[in-house]
Amino acid sequence: MRALEIVATGPLALVQDLGRPGYAHLGVPPSGALDTAALRLGNRLVGNAEDAAGIEILLGGLEIRATTSCTVAVTGPPVPVSVDGRETGSHAPLPLHADQRLTIGRPATGLRCYLAVSGGIAVDPVLGSRSRDVLSELGPEPLTPGTRVPLGPVTGVPSGADVVVAPPCPAELTVPVLLGPRDDWFADTAAALAAQWTVTAESNRVGVRLDGPPLRRSGTSELPSEGVLTGAIQVPPNGLPLVFLADHPTTGGYPVVAVVRSESLGALAQARPGTSVRFRTSF
Amino acid sequence: MRWRRYGEHAALLDCDSLEQMSAARATVEQAAVEGITEVVPGARTLLVVAEPASRALDAVRTLLAEADLSHPPSDEAREVTLDVRYDGEDLELIARDAKCSVDDVVARHSGAIYTVAFTGFAPGFGYLTGLPAELQQPRLESPRTRVPVGAVAIAGEYTGVYPRASPGGWRLLGRTEATLFDASAERPALFAPGVRVRFRSV
Repeated sequence: MRALEIVATGPLALVQDLGRPGYAHLGVPPSGALDTAALRLGNRLVGNAEDAAGIEILLGGLEIRATTSCTVAVTGPPVPVSVDGRETGSHAPLPLHADQRLTIGRPATGLRCYLAVSGGIAVDPVLGSRSRDVLSELGPEPLTPGTRVPLGPVTGVPSGADVVVAPPCPAELTVPVLLGPRDDWFADTAAALAAQWTVTAESNRVGVRLDGPPLRRSGTSELPSEGVLTGAIQVPPNGLPLVFLADHPTTGGYPVVAVVRSESLGALAQARPGTSVRFRTSF
Repeated sequence: MRWRRYGEHAALLDCDSLEQMSAARATVEQAAVEGITEVVPGARTLLVVAEPASRALDAVRTLLAEADLSHPPSDEAREVTLDVRYDGEDLELIARDAKCSVDDVVARHSGAIYTVAFTGFAPGFGYLTGLPAELQQPRLESPRTRVPVGAVAIAGEYTGVYPRASPGGWRLLGRTEATLFDASAERPALFAPGVRVRFRSV
């Protein structure tokens, strides 16, 4: 069977595809790659369908050994990549033959790199997806050294000599949001969201937690639980917003004041603790 | 009833009551509008998510504006009965607050018919309405760090069953052996919105 052997992982390496939407009414989060553009790009580079499963690598440190010839690509923030100790580079298709080792270093900016492999990671899907959901503990376990990860059949050819420039992960982000559904629960919501927020170290695949000047509620009522979506900005009683990412709970009991436009979710998911974030409201 | 915008591709229907929400949910599900990807009920709301660039949200708005939500379409009405061993750690506390005996608590909880109003918290966890008034009690003051799988519990106007071991602040009545969630099953969750539930004391 075509497979990759995991030799080493950094802090966290998870199999991710585009997730398992459609089950929120059963309490199942959407999950899936946080930086979908990076996973899609990696899949295109190696000749896969964009929704094939790859590996989401938090803060680098992944080393794999190919047990068969395959093509790989590393995307996300710029990151050192080497094959058998020789520096190659990210954001390009790399042919590997059996026994070659690929090592991914630590990105200088951003949080999550993606490894795409020709044929895709072919672990058994759960509810139609191979994504690991850290909140619900659905999907394949986090990868550990010694694991052999099965690969699917190769379906396409790697891309040609395109030069892909790695997207920057800036130290300051401006994130466009749409106000609502519960912006009326707070005083001057748009102005309050426009303040300077800082990403905290408590952020994870469930959400990005922010520190800054707390939002003030204009009333004291309690919100009965209601559905939430990826990108929803929820404000708990302490007034500090949390932006839900892919592994978010499907319902929540705190008001959602605005929702991040989907094209900006990848950048937010790449924001390291300490990154400054401002929300710009549009209508 | 009022629609609220929810990001680029979704809208939240604020309902006047749980009954109205349930009627709206049943109406939307029965119509199976093309382009709707998620319908997520809450305690008083219905979140409707559409595919990008589809006109499906407009279709749902029109559908619900014209629907008679006081006479909703009859639901799927799947009914499940769960065998419960009523030996939960909070039985005495629940009986004290309900000003009745433990036997009365069991009789009242197992004598009612419940409906899954909405889900959340964990895959397969349903918020069940229909709890007799004297059993509507607050959560524990400090949540337990571990509630066992299959725990049958109450909090506020709801009863529910923990689909797996987890921390939790609901008051515990007993346990069931039923499987609440199995991702590999054809029907992964025993509880889906609209399902009717009975508990049988064993």
